[in-house]
Order: sequence, then C-alpha cells, then structure tokens
Amino acid sequence: MRRLAQLVARSSGWLSRRLGRGGGTTLPGVVLLKLRPRAAEELAAPLSAGSVVISATNGKTTTARLVRSATDAAGMPTVANTAGSNLLRGVTAALLDMDDDAQLGLFEVDEAALPSVVDQVQPRVIVLMNLFRDQLDRYGELETLVETWRTMIADLSPETTLVLNADDPAVAHLGHDRPNTVWFGVDDPSIGRAEQSHAADSTHCPRCDHPLTYDLIGIGHMGHWRCENCGLARPTPAVTATGVTVRGVDGFDIEISTPSGPVAASVALPGLHNAYNATAAVSAAHALGLDMALLPAALADTDAAFGRGEHVDIGDNRLVMLLAKNPTGANENVRATLTHTADLHVVIFLNDRTADGQDVSWIWDVDYEPLFDRVSSLTVSGDRAHDLALRCVYGGADPSAIVVEPDPGAALDAALASAGPGDTVFALPTYTAMLDLRAELVRRNLVVPFWEDA
Amino acid sequence: MAVVRLCHLYPHEMNIYADRGNIAVFAQRLAWRGHELQVTEVAHGDSITPGAHDLYYLGGGQDRDQRIVAHDLADTKADALRSAAQDGAAFLWVCGGIQLAGVGYTDASGERLPGVGILDVDTEAGDRRMIGDIVLLVQLDGEMQRVVGYENHVGRTSLGADATWFGRVEQGHGNDGESGKEGAVQNHVIGTYLHGPLLPKNPWVADTVLRWALDHGGHDSVLEPLDTGDADILAARAREVAIGRAGQAR
Repeated sequence: MRRLAQLVARSSGWLSRRLGRGGGTTLPGVVLLKLRPRAAEELAAPLSAGSVVISATNGKTTTARLVRSATDAAGMPTVANTAGSNLLRGVTAALLDMDDDAQLGLFEVDEAALPSVVDQVQPRVIVLMNLFRDQLDRYGELETLVETWRTMIADLSPETTLVLNADDPAVAHLGHDRPNTVWFGVDDPSIGRAEQSHAADSTHCPRCDHPLTYDLIGIGHMGHWRCENCGLARPTPAVTATGVTVRGVDGFDIEISTPSGPVAASVALPGLHNAYNATAAVSAAHALGLDMALLPAALADTDAAFGRGEHVDIGDNRLVMLLAKNPTGANENVRATLTHTADLHVVIFLNDRTADGQDVSWIWDVDYEPLFDRVSSLTVSGDRAHDLALRCVYGGADPSAIVVEPDPGAALDAALASAGPGDTVFALPTYTAMLDLRAELVRRNLVVPFWEDA
Repeated sequence: MAVVRLCHLYPHEMNIYADRGNIAVFAQRLAWRGHELQVTEVAHGDSITPGAHDLYYLGGGQDRDQRIVAHDLADTKADALRSAAQDGAAFLWVCGGIQLAGVGYTDASGERLPGVGILDVDTEAGDRRMIGDIVLLVQLDGEMQRVVGYENHVGRTSLGADATWFGRVEQGHGNDGESGKEGAVQNHVIGTYLHGPLLPKNPWVADTVLRWALDHGGHDSVLEPLDTGDADILAARAREVAIGRAGQAR
C-alpha cells in the first residue's frame, strides 16, 4: 500500500511538470496526504540525524539554504523542501522523494503550518527567527500566531532544541524558562537605526504589555529590548553576531561567536536581514553539533535563493530581484537598494493573489519615500500596479515620472530602456509577481525554471 | 491658505491596516489646494484639548492594543471627543475605530469594552471573520458614489436609531454579513470597516471629510478639483481593478 501511494504521488509531480503547471512541488504531497494523513511522520522516522525545522515571517528560504550548505559541507546527506513549498504537503513531498541514504531532514515551514509539521516530524532542532506583520487576511493577527506557537512549544519533547531570535521580543519570550533553548542575536551597534520603522510590531512587553525600551533598533521591532515595568529583557544570546559590515547589495562580512567556536565569513547575500539569517543558520549548525570550521566556506558558497537577491545579467545590464512579502521585508529591500551608489532604476511589482495576500494595504506601511529622490527611473507593475502608483504619488513621487505597466515583461523592458550601459535594475516583487517575472526571464532564456535550481 | 488641525489618535497602537495612507491622502489633497494639514499625535494617557482639532482619525489595531485603547479612551478622552462630535468636527474612524466610536464592544471572550458613544452602534464579536474585497454605494452630502476597500473583521456591528449606514453593500460582507449595510454616519462622524487604505482609491470620501473639517475650522470649504488630476485618474483605474476583484470568487 505504501509503495503504491508513493508511486501514485510521485507520478503526479512528474505529470504536473509535464503539463506545464508549475514546479509540481506539492501535488505529490497532496495526493499522499489524502491516502495517508500521517505520511510525513512515517517517512521522517528513519532519518538517523533527525530533522531541523525553520520558521519565520521572513528569511525561511535563505536560512534553510545556508543550513543546507553547512550540512553538505559536513557530508551529511540531507533531504530538504528547497523548491519553495513550505506546508505539510511540501514537507511530505520532499520526504517522499528523498534518497535512501538521507540522514537529516531540513524543512522551511510556513508560520501557520508549523504546528502540523512539528507534530509529525518531531524535530531535533526548531529555529524560530521572527514574526512580522504579514498578510493579515491569511494569517490573522500576530498575537494569534504567537499563541499558536506557544501551545506548540508547550507540547514539545524536552529533547528538541529550540533556537530563538533573542532580538525579536515575542519570539525570544517563547523560550522563557524552557531548558534546551539556544538564543541568537546581533550585537554590532553599527547596525542600529535612529528610529523604529513605521511597520514595527510587538513593541509591547510580551509578559506585561508595557511599551518596550530599545537600546538598539535593528529591523522592525527587532533589537536590544527591555521592559522598564516588569524587568523582562532580551535574553543574552549564546550565538552572537559581533561584527556586521554590509557591502551594498553584494553581501556582507560577519563575525559570529558561538559556544562551539567563532565563525568569520564573507556572505554574498544583500542586506542586514541576511546577517540575521546567517546568524540563525550558524545557530542551527551549532545545535546540530557541526564543526564550526566548516561554516565560513559554507556560508560564502551559498548563493541567493530564487528571487531573494538573485542577480541576472541582461545584455550589459544587471537585474537584482529582491522579493518581499510584507512591510518589514520591503523596508529591508529598500534599504539594500539605497546602498547602491550608481544610478538607480527600480521596478516595484504588486500582485494580490492568495500567496501574496489579497489585501494590498501593506504597501502603505513600507517606507518607500527615500527611493523617490534617488531613482533615475521608477516603474510600477503587477495586478495592482495602480495601487502602487497611488502609493508613490501620495508619498511624494512626481506622478509624471512614474511608469505604470501592469504586465511584468513590459515593465522590465521599460526599466531596461531607461537604464544606461552597465546600470543595475532593481526589481522589488511580491511572491507571485516574482514567479511571473521569473517566468518571463525563463521565456527569454535568461534563467532556468526554479524546480531545476535545487 | 487654511490649516486643518488633525488629531491622530493612538498612531502607534492603532495602525495595522496601513492607516497612515489615509493621513497621507488628507495631507496631500490639502497641500495640492494650497492648504496645510497639521497633525497632532495623541497617545495613551494624553488628554484632548477641547476645540483644538477639526478632524479626528482613529485606525485599526490588534485585539490586545484595542483593549488597552478602549479603556484609555474612556478614562482620558471620551468627554472631549463627544463634545467635538456635537460641535460638528469631522471624524473618520476605521476598522477598530468604528467599534470604539460606538456604545461598546463585546469581544469573543464576552468581555465588554467601553465605547466613546459618538456613533449609535453596538458591536459584538461574531464566530467567523469577514474578509475580502468590498464595494459600497455611498451617499454623502447628497452625492452618491461607488466606494471600494478591503474588510477584515470579526465584529458584527448593529445600528441604533441615531446613526445611518455609511454604504449599501454591492459586494462583500459589510457590518454583519446579513443586513447589506456597511459602516455608520452620524452628524460628521464616519465609522467604517473599509481599509485598503480607504482614501487613496476613494478621493471623493477624502474631500468630503476635508470639507467638513475646513467648515468646522471656520474656513471656506470649497475644494477645487485637482488641476493635475493624475492622482484621481490613477484612483479611478485602481478602483476599477478593485471592483473587478470584488466580483471574483477567490
């Protein structure tokens, strides 16, 4: 029965790709879950090194890639859901497809789907990185998710190592008084911002609701926080990024101290948010007991996941795709884009399909304003291009200077037409807009389809 | 040049549905006419100076924040807000705002939160969330227009005798998913669940509220049509797309 179920499920993935219906990364899982609802539990049980599960609003995919580089460097055969499907069915599909010698499971999991995956996979390590305001129509409010995670953690086996971001108050507090918890954080004062971005959530104490005081503001509500009312404060992290130097959109240098020894690496991923991802990945490697000496090369060798800082050469221009699904992600992308000192050509894409969130309100929480004075050209695209145009106009951009081009290919062409020789075009898409843009790049033979990119 | 004095209530707690977009629209549409929006942020514990504002804005927040705000409003601000509403000041209270403007809100746990009582509406948490694109037919000051937005609320709001509804629902749920009505209006107080935010795609609503605010401040309340027109052409196109969305089953 099990073999038949696997055969049917695997064929459906092949069929989906053959029929041109996208990556076919979830259909086998969907089919198998219908036949055996607890298939992931059965399939994960033989993994001798257990599983690592990573969840967050932002940075799941990139962190999973960084951890994957580390386990590859350690010679640990790993099964992962790298093709981007991060619900239980995606994890199940990956397990279904794994090689016989796989020892470790490595899964990036949707925030809301996390309890269902943890329940079946019984992870050895759970990495929880951040919770930002995101797709309120789909996930509901932040505190509802925090509550779901809290319940899940209360039921965890004490054997499971919990890796938490000390800089995110709500996430950090999930490990309060729990043994076998490893906190990580960023300690470099040079990353600090003068003031909190508009999109900051969770600025109240997770224990007593009093407004928090910040000694250092990193990304959104993340930073060095403390409550002057009840005394709760950021836990002292065991894994700490002590030095972060961001080199524009090309990458950053980072020094991380861990109980298993220091790591200094040069990482080719843009922005401070990726410094957090790298610190989370090193924490996961530490929790797995990997040799820290392997990590500098592993981190340096990790290239961007599709759409997340991916660079594509188009003639003598360069396209940099910076995916964002929520205000905090978009703010970090704007921040990274602004580090580019040459002429800036920016295309912002907004779709409102299910995977993007149908509610497009969030673009008003993004601090796009610093772009308007810097851009040489500004194009808005996607299903809701006109909403973006309104966002820019009411943010102070000159209406006559905005190119409104809903079709992604035409938007790309408009930006390339404005760009001079050697200029970089920055594409800031939502999730399905990134898929559309990438499909256009595939049609132009500039990139390979994403399911061949694992 | 006229100065419209906006009181923005709890901008740090009550902002989850991109409420600052509405503030930006007020500011720009006044600036384009040579006027100015003066924003006073009023926070937890602050009191409101009677007569100091022409326009009061309150947005939506998470349940936890809304609970904190409900008690603070009752303790420190409700009297001043009630007299401002009676005095004809303009109010746009969105999402959590309409619930807090009413006589009270009974949340999912059965706890009763106080309301300011500037709208004769009462709200009770329902058992399902009403989410999606929404299209209304709205009449204000004798003019009727189609208004688009996005709604996401669990509260079911019912109207008392002193309030009239803000819009008739063409697509979407509205106040309770049954009555076909959305929001409430009483004197110059508007309460609505529509975000998106509401004003960028519905500049007519923005200008109507601004006229009330100008009038309250003793200014000439005629707002010239925008000569550039760009923003309103974009708004019309964005509204068409949103209306198309609301008609789709998704």
